[in-house]
Amino acid sequence: MKARVHVMLKNGVLDPQGEAVRHALGALGFDKVEGVRQGKVIDLDLAAGATEADVTAMCEKLLANTVIESYSIEMQ
Amino acid sequence: MKAAVVVFPGSNCDRDLAVAFEQAGFDVSMVWHKDSALPAGVDIVGVPGGFSYGDYLRCGAIAAQSPICKAVIEHAGRGGYAVGVCNGFQILTETGVLPGALLRNAGLKYICRTVDLKVATADSVFTRGYSAGDVIGVPIAHHDGNYFADADTVKALQDQDRVAFTYEDNPNGSVADIAGILSENRRVLGMMPHPERAADEGHGGTDGTAVFRALAGMVAAA
Repeated sequence: MKARVHVMLKNGVLDPQGEAVRHALGALGFDKVEGVRQGKVIDLDLAAGATEADVTAMCEKLLANTVIESYSIEMQ
Repeated sequence: MKAAVVVFPGSNCDRDLAVAFEQAGFDVSMVWHKDSALPAGVDIVGVPGGFSYGDYLRCGAIAAQSPICKAVIEHAGRGGYAVGVCNGFQILTETGVLPGALLRNAGLKYICRTVDLKVATADSVFTRGYSAGDVIGVPIAHHDGNYFADADTVKALQDQDRVAFTYEDNPNGSVADIAGILSENRRVLGMMPHPERAADEGHGGTDGTAVFRALAGMVAAA
């Protein structure tokens, strides 16, 4: 079983990396981009029996800092 | 007077912090990240700067889960003194001992230079050697020093006089110019600038020594 965790800075938290990417896209002529947010993807190979609740616990304890980041989980 | 300095794989300011404690009169033990207990009778724990565990995942995130950090959290929970500098500040926020989080610098650049810090409160064991409003020169060296907390947390820090230091010319985008904060019981200090790198004339200044001397004076008197 696999799980994919997406970690993103929360809305309202300045994302200077995303902003730099947006700026670079603009410089390349991609002028239809109004905003960029950059996050990370963490793929987990899980042993049999692991549940989404387990992955949620992992996110809360380590994978995301919930002061500044939100996360979403895809079980695959 | 006993101080312990935690050493993580990737710490690089551990010895500087130990020397600053020693100069202030502390006996210093270095404590390895895999240890699960602090040496008996430790008055203060120093969590040093550096790049613990390579800054993987987030700065301080993996260090915050280490066995020794559980002991540090317990020490703080008992009302023990602790100071986290730079990566140590990041670690203390990741453990929840201090509120908020450190984000990438707003300018996206690693910054390494001496900055002017204003002492925001002299009402703590760490800052009582200064007067509120003093401006001191202390080096910073970080890529992720942009202090963030939600508006309610920032207001609480300000209302409770828990902002220890602010930047005179904010280098990294920190909310409310915050460079260092105190825990609710005022016994834990986290700050991005490095007072231990301003603790010897050979460093170019000694404005940081008052942090360690004031602490030593308080512990000795206790």
